[in-house]
Amino acid sequence: MASRTPRRLAVDFALLLLVVAIFAVPLGLRLNTDGQEEGESYAGSDSSAATKVEEINPDYDVWFSPLFEPSSGEIESGLFALQAAVGAGTLGFVIGRLSGKRRRSEVPEKA
Amino acid sequence: MHIAEGYLPPLHAAAWTLAAAPFVVHGARCVVREVRERPESRLLLGAAGAFTFVLSAIKLPSVTGSSSHPTGTGLGAVLFRPPVMAMLGTIVLLFQALLLAHGGLTTLGANAFSMAIVGPWVGYGAYRACSAVGLSFWVGVFAALSLSDLATYVVTSVQLGLAHPDPTGGVLGSIGEFLGIFALTQIPLAVAEGLLGVLVFRILARIAPEELRSLGLRKALDENDENTVTATAQERD
Repeated sequence: MASRTPRRLAVDFALLLLVVAIFAVPLGLRLNTDGQEEGESYAGSDSSAATKVEEINPDYDVWFSPLFEPSSGEIESGLFALQAAVGAGTLGFVIGRLSGKRRRSEVPEKA
Repeated sequence: MHIAEGYLPPLHAAAWTLAAAPFVVHGARCVVREVRERPESRLLLGAAGAFTFVLSAIKLPSVTGSSSHPTGTGLGAVLFRPPVMAMLGTIVLLFQALLLAHGGLTTLGANAFSMAIVGPWVGYGAYRACSAVGLSFWVGVFAALSLSDLATYVVTSVQLGLAHPDPTGGVLGSIGEFLGIFALTQIPLAVAEGLLGVLVFRILARIAPEELRSLGLRKALDENDENTVTATAQERD
């Protein structure tokens, strides 16, 4: 049992590293950002699509606007961070609960 | 994949809302039934919702020089089948529409259709197809997570193309242009999401074997054991 844990962890770690590399490498090499102004590169695809709509269909009338809009980019990114934090917190809670439950159920068998 | 508030004409907005509504209502029923019949899966249900919640909040850089976000709906689709994700995904979209001005109420139906309905079904279909042709559980998980992500963005491109045909290229030309924005950017994100899904299932197989078994995902455990058995066998040699 003890001998297979390091192997498992190595695979987990490799997966995690690969995920990070997929984002870090293009960001580090600044792939395909030529011509983009400093601070304006890596625009979100959702907003690029909205711009595209205006380009294809200049007469289109955006007929409904959000009821509430974060009043600045800072507040918006804060709310996004909050969303991620709530999600990650819940995920951590679930994993903690499950592994605690598993450990508790294993102990009596050994005793 | 969030179509911004007001960016679909009223008729399209209404049509996508009508198309999505039955899936979401059915999904809500499935969530209630799941909780009632298998109270032990409540924690995993929370995990499936939380996974989508985190991933859809994070915008990541891609090789195309733009950024986008994953969807995270494939995990719940494999765990609980797609209807459950129709409900959970729509909750996430509603949260973003109301508090972040990301997506919108008029486009909620269209966005739910792509992210909470088609994405999970495509992912689940890919997972089942992999298992039908005898591929490993882990290949199936990878396919489910990455293809549910990619399919979501393809559907968004089609929705935008239908609503805003290109003056010269028509609907198809327009779909192509939106695919150019969404699909290429999404490929590395989809691959990363697939790998992350494999990692999460590896962890779940370790800490929640009873729960996975009660959801009919024995294969996650068998193959995990098989891996470790071969691993120990190799170490013995």
